Amino acid sequence: MPKTMTAIDEFAVKLANFVIAKRWLIILATLMITVGVASGARFLTFSNNYRDFFSEFNPELQAFEDFQNTYTKNDNFFFTIVPKEGDVFNADTLALVEELTNEAWQIPFSIRVDSPSNFQHTYAEEDDLIVEDLVKGAESLNADELAEKSQIALTEPLMRNQLVTADARAIAVNVVVQYPQADPFEVPQAVAFARDLRDRMIEAHPDHEIRMTGVSMLNNAFQEAGFADTTEMIPLMYLLLLVLMAVTVRSISGTVVTLLMIAFASVIGMGAAGFAGIGLTPIALSAPTIILTLAIADAVHILITMRNSMAAGMTKREALVEAVRVNFLAVMVTSLTTAIGFLALNFSDAPPFWHLGNIAAVGIVVAWAMSVTFLPAMMSILPVRAPKPRIETGESFMGKLADFVVKYNKPLFYGLGGAALLLIAAMPRIEFNDQWTEYFDPSIQFRQDADYSNQYFGFYPIEFSVQSPGPGGVSEPEFLEKLDEFTAFLREQPNVTHVYSLTDIMKRLNRNMHADEASWYKLPDDRELSAQYLLLYELSLPYGLDLNDRVNIDKSATRVTVTLSNISTTETKTFLNAARGWIADNAPDYMKTTVPTSAQVMFTYVAERNVASMITGNIVAIVAIGIVMMIALKSFKIGALSMVPNTLPILSAFGAWALLVGTVGFSVAAVASVSLGIVVDDTVHFLAKYVRGIREKGYDRAGAIKYAFETVGYALVVNTVVLVIGFAYLATSHFKMNADLGLLTALAITFALIFDFLFLPALMLRGSGKWIADTKNDHTTGDKNDAQTQAAQ
Amino acid sequence: MMHKRKPRSSRLAAILAVLTLGYSLISPVTWAGEAEDKGLEIAARSDRSDTGFGDSEVTAVMTLTNAAGATSTREMYFKTLERASEQVGDKSLTVFVTPRDVQGTALLSHAKILEPDDQWLFLPALKRVKRISSANKSGPFVGSEFAFEDFTSTELNKYSYKFIGEEEFDGMKVDVVERFPLYENSGYTRQVAYIDQEVYQTRKIDFYDRKDTLLKTLTLSDYREYDGVWRAHTLTMQNHQTNKSTTLSYGDYTFKTGLSDNDFDKGVLKTIR
Repeated sequence: MPKTMTAIDEFAVKLANFVIAKRWLIILATLMITVGVASGARFLTFSNNYRDFFSEFNPELQAFEDFQNTYTKNDNFFFTIVPKEGDVFNADTLALVEELTNEAWQIPFSIRVDSPSNFQHTYAEEDDLIVEDLVKGAESLNADELAEKSQIALTEPLMRNQLVTADARAIAVNVVVQYPQADPFEVPQAVAFARDLRDRMIEAHPDHEIRMTGVSMLNNAFQEAGFADTTEMIPLMYLLLLVLMAVTVRSISGTVVTLLMIAFASVIGMGAAGFAGIGLTPIALSAPTIILTLAIADAVHILITMRNSMAAGMTKREALVEAVRVNFLAVMVTSLTTAIGFLALNFSDAPPFWHLGNIAAVGIVVAWAMSVTFLPAMMSILPVRAPKPRIETGESFMGKLADFVVKYNKPLFYGLGGAALLLIAAMPRIEFNDQWTEYFDPSIQFRQDADYSNQYFGFYPIEFSVQSPGPGGVSEPEFLEKLDEFTAFLREQPNVTHVYSLTDIMKRLNRNMHADEASWYKLPDDRELSAQYLLLYELSLPYGLDLNDRVNIDKSATRVTVTLSNISTTETKTFLNAARGWIADNAPDYMKTTVPTSAQVMFTYVAERNVASMITGNIVAIVAIGIVMMIALKSFKIGALSMVPNTLPILSAFGAWALLVGTVGFSVAAVASVSLGIVVDDTVHFLAKYVRGIREKGYDRAGAIKYAFETVGYALVVNTVVLVIGFAYLATSHFKMNADLGLLTALAITFALIFDFLFLPALMLRGSGKWIADTKNDHTTGDKNDAQTQAAQ
Repeated sequence: MMHKRKPRSSRLAAILAVLTLGYSLISPVTWAGEAEDKGLEIAARSDRSDTGFGDSEVTAVMTLTNAAGATSTREMYFKTLERASEQVGDKSLTVFVTPRDVQGTALLSHAKILEPDDQWLFLPALKRVKRISSANKSGPFVGSEFAFEDFTSTELNKYSYKFIGEEEFDGMKVDVVERFPLYENSGYTRQVAYIDQEVYQTRKIDFYDRKDTLLKTLTLSDYREYDGVWRAHTLTMQNHQTNKSTTLSYGDYTFKTGLSDNDFDKGVLKTIR
């Protein structure tokens, strides 16, 4: 046995003896630390701002913040109102809209309310310019008046298909809110008020469907999805673990202690998050589930070794010391690589992944520390029956599997290698899709409302701050002409439901100023005239309905808002590229700086941003994990070679996903480093046994493979099953990004086991295996007792 | 594991409830209407402090600042004609000097008490006078944080009043008076005015929006006296919700320049240069 191994073994034995001797102290210390760190959970808040998905360095976020500082924030509530039958231009529906419009000013933090009711209708009457609400006193409108309102609303470009559908089936009220962002309860407070308002409206006008969407509801949905996940998923996860523990450990004490240990590990992880002041997103909230999944393996290894040692005749105390000694290094190495994989998430552009990575890493390290302190301390106190020697069932199957792999090593090597390459070749077919609405499970109210609303109105706004030649330049006729061309171009694009442009207001004012003659519905051809129209118009607008959110303060730029229907990220990209192309080809120089921006633009590129930033993260993870592998396997060459069976299955998983599912949200960026940290564990165990089979047992390569299968095969299967169940369980999350992350990781872990069993041995039987077998000075993570090792793994 | 914090708002509400209760216990018993009468009295004293100014002319520079810190200016001049009766509002004429595009555009306003003001706008580019028929007085004035009603003469009878108490403001003893708009279509539920006790001038006004949250604060400073008539020369309006602000800086006032009703007739608008 190599010297360092002895040193580590000695340390582990000393540690185990110390822990058992001072068990009450250890337990007390564990409890105190847990309570102390977990107390940080009181600072935890649910994030309710989609901006939390973007780091402050995200260029799309920066552009959007600038935009919003120039105009207004565009957080909003969007009420879609649909009468049970008929069109919306009836007294009852319009009365509803009028009431809702008035009441909506009471929504906390609201700064503006727009609807067909308070639309500032302008018209001429001799030399008067009349500016008034389109609908006032809706209940007493007669048929003629209703028809007139209908005609005005449906022909008004600012309203048609934005606040009322062209077929008049649905009508909308949009409420702009500006949160001071001083208190995490601002959004829930506004949402609660708005929901109550909606309920009151439905009660007063029962023959209507009213659904709420908008950025505020989206933000609130992040919180509600996170909350639903926490309250529904985590308890079930514990139940699942109970079953798994019962099957693998077959000891009440062991199950109880393990449950305590993983519960402590996750509350410490979350408590630490609280102290760090993290706003919890559904992504970060998947951390407890992940910690549970990963932490259980540590405990299972130690408890199984202990059981088997007792079955072999050791006393409980001896068995405990032995279990710690045998597993100390392996548990440490596997915890370390897993933690590295998670810590690499800090390279992501999205803060929720930093949080997930850090919380999970804390939990993993804590679980490891507890598995060699708290766990033995507790087990030394609790009663444990010495089991009867177990009838080994796995070995015969594992032995046969080993024979099979050895026999068919060549077809397996080329077959699997070829399959992997084919799958990897399919990787580029993965399409990113980050549609906010589809982040949410249909059980989340927001998703239902968004799906409903999307039947009538567009959903995703894209903003342009169109630059004019200089201060006051928005009145320049040449600029207005260009703006009008741009507007017309935008309206022709597929999936565009509405375009809000200053040119429509200018044309209308010009007509109003010329006694409402239709022939004057065109842009004014004089800069001063336009400027004076705008001045007149601004003087006539009521509180909250001003142009400040449409024209910047020195009137050098105006805002064009395009609304897109609920389309995929790829379709959005097509639109954005078309708009950029038009600007590049047609815009005068001063207008060329105009760029699209909005939350939707941010989400459109969030996948690219995160994939790009995670490339560095993955490289760091591969290098760091590779170094750990080299140390663990005590060989530079084996450590380096071990990365092959680890990266191939992960890449293949991406390829398989591309073929089976096709689209993925930006959480995919996190999968590579996380799964790498997890799947290397299997390789560590397998290679360690293989090398030891050759060097210490004197087997040939085939023999060493069989030895590795028989000693660790069963444990690897159990381990993989636990991990796959744990990660696949994330698919039940109400949040699609968690589901993608979980399923893809589960797929990668499954592939990793297949590769470790079928490809790695074949690889060993080829040139490289001989090369490893011949490598001098290679030592293994091993121990003296085969039976125990096998059981431990 | 997850501790949902008690909403701060409800905590705040509890604190407020305790404070209000406590205050009501220690505050002297007031009979109904006393606060209202005192509020009206203070407002009236302030409003009448410049009675008899006759007419005035003044130039002003308006500086707008947005949330990003960018600024933009507009220059204009105002002519005002006092009308002695408190049942009718003053007449005012606002003429824009810059931006150049709107130079010579003139807004004539005959203030009323509870009905919408009569307003006419002369557009030089169109060479026409247009009457603005709009019930809206609460909208922003030329893109600024001021509504037209915020900086033109305040008519006493537009509001009902309530005395709140006394406070220190900027080294002065001030009366704090709440006022509630009596006219329709106001953007405000109430305003809180801080009026000094020495020369009875308004020093600060807090504006509360339709949901009764603080919308903006007007600070009036650089008061100067012209033969017993006080005028603020720097008015700063800070919008607390959008973080935009506007400063209105007046030049020197001239009083009693001989303006008459004839100078505030819509017919003269076209002759303005």
